[in-house]
Amino acid sequence: MLRLTHISKTFNPGTVNEKKALCDISLDVADGDFISIIGSNGAGKSTVFNAIAGSFYTDSGSIFLDGEDITLQPEHVRAKKIGRLFQDPMRGSAPGMTIEENLALAAGKGGWFSHISRATREEFRERLSLLGMGLEDRMQHPVGLLSGGQRQALTLMMATFNPPKLLLLDEHTAALDPATAEKVLALTKDIVEKNALTCLMVTHNMQTALDLGNRTLMMDNGRIIYDASSDMRSRLNVEDLLVLFREAVGKNLDNDRMMLG
Amino acid sequence: MASILQTALELGLISSLTVLALFLSYSMLNVCDLSTDGCFTLGAVVGAVVALAGHPYLSLPAAMGAGMLSGLVTALLQTKMGIDSLLSGIIVNTGLYSINIAVMGGASLLNMNKTETVFTKLKALLKSTPLSGTYKTVVALIAVALVIAFLTWFLKTRLGLAIRATGNNPDMVRSSSINPAFTTIVGLCISNSFTALSGCLLAQSQKSVNIDIGSGMVTIALASLLIGRAFAGRGGIARKACGAVIGAIIFRLVYAAALRFHMPAFMLKLVSSVIVIIAIAGPYLKSRYPEFHRRMTHRAGKEEK
Repeated sequence: MLRLTHISKTFNPGTVNEKKALCDISLDVADGDFISIIGSNGAGKSTVFNAIAGSFYTDSGSIFLDGEDITLQPEHVRAKKIGRLFQDPMRGSAPGMTIEENLALAAGKGGWFSHISRATREEFRERLSLLGMGLEDRMQHPVGLLSGGQRQALTLMMATFNPPKLLLLDEHTAALDPATAEKVLALTKDIVEKNALTCLMVTHNMQTALDLGNRTLMMDNGRIIYDASSDMRSRLNVEDLLVLFREAVGKNLDNDRMMLG
Repeated sequence: MASILQTALELGLISSLTVLALFLSYSMLNVCDLSTDGCFTLGAVVGAVVALAGHPYLSLPAAMGAGMLSGLVTALLQTKMGIDSLLSGIIVNTGLYSINIAVMGGASLLNMNKTETVFTKLKALLKSTPLSGTYKTVVALIAVALVIAFLTWFLKTRLGLAIRATGNNPDMVRSSSINPAFTTIVGLCISNSFTALSGCLLAQSQKSVNIDIGSGMVTIALASLLIGRAFAGRGGIARKACGAVIGAIIFRLVYAAALRFHMPAFMLKLVSSVIVIIAIAGPYLKSRYPEFHRRMTHRAGKEEK
């Protein structure tokens, strides 16, 4: 499904601020995989996502998605196949436009000069009601009036409106209060299962990392240092993860947002 | 008095086309298009030259096409060449000065006293009807109505939504698989065609064009836009667009009133600058007031009870 071969990226090469953000990363993601990624601050978790989504081009290596070489494809072209959520709930939607207008852009139905049809509006209403937040009755409200949790749920729906081949979740519940975070996470699980999406999720919550999905990656200093799947993973607990990290890197896992429980 | 009002209405309507252009570029795309002055003049001179050549109707699309081209250059500079958006407007504006004089064949003034224009055509048409005295207003009104109708329709299409989102959250446009560079280019082409149409109509209504016809237009239009925003308040596209037109008319009315009270005509541009400053700095200063108040009431070095 997704295949990274020897991806490297160095920011500000040749200056004092040189930062080797990704060092020779290779990764094979199978169709339908749900992979959680953990790691310390600056480990390169978001950078991998940026590389996959095309926010920058990598210095070397190749990226294949569903057999297609997307290494040098512009970001907006890849966006057809890749859905993405950020930690900041404000990043995924346009605050000055209504819920309906935001959805219309994400749905991308019809030609450039088409308007939102009644049928499409009905479809939006149905889909919104699945979120259980009452947004289906507020379709003419500007998105800027929604709470962070509502906006993140809306963004999740927009990113998966046309089921993408790959869904990238970059700590997408980290900025939400615990109750809302749980709700958005449940929605995520639901949508991923229903559409059988292939999904990568960065999380700061070790327990979530083990509970969700079928594979867990640990990153440090631009490298994937541990890759747990299937049987072995099901026997792991949070403490094991911390020990594994210490053994691999020689220091304690250090993430200022890390939640162990 | 009536004629002063009518002149204000007429000028307000004609310049409101530029205001609507800024409504698209400034309010929607979030690009402050500083090529507006030059593009306004470009529309005026192209329209004048084509009208002088004996094509009064063709002059309008010709001016709009020229404006579109100018918008295309401004947009390409900022989306494809890494030039800052304000700077690309200024650069195009400067370049247009030479182009405008070149279009006028090296002159800096063209006279259209005996030239057939859309205004003279309509004047002939309305002869001996009750509207005969207001033919200029009628032409401007038709143009404004068409542009507003277009904008209300266009900004609800998928492309229009994408243009609005570009000014609102370009990240989101990209994740909707649309290239923000593309939407910026389309938006600026359209807005500049309106600016040029505005210039073309002004030149034809006053039967002459000089190289300075557009100078200060961007500030005047911005002032009108901000006045209109205060009047229209919240609402849909049509309401906001009408607000922009009303803003342009109010601006001209206030200016006409000021002239009555013996304000010299050359003060126009200072007035427009002050209005823009008040409209943009006002809300900012208001938001800073609590801090100012805190500073004034805090007695330094003393413990509060």
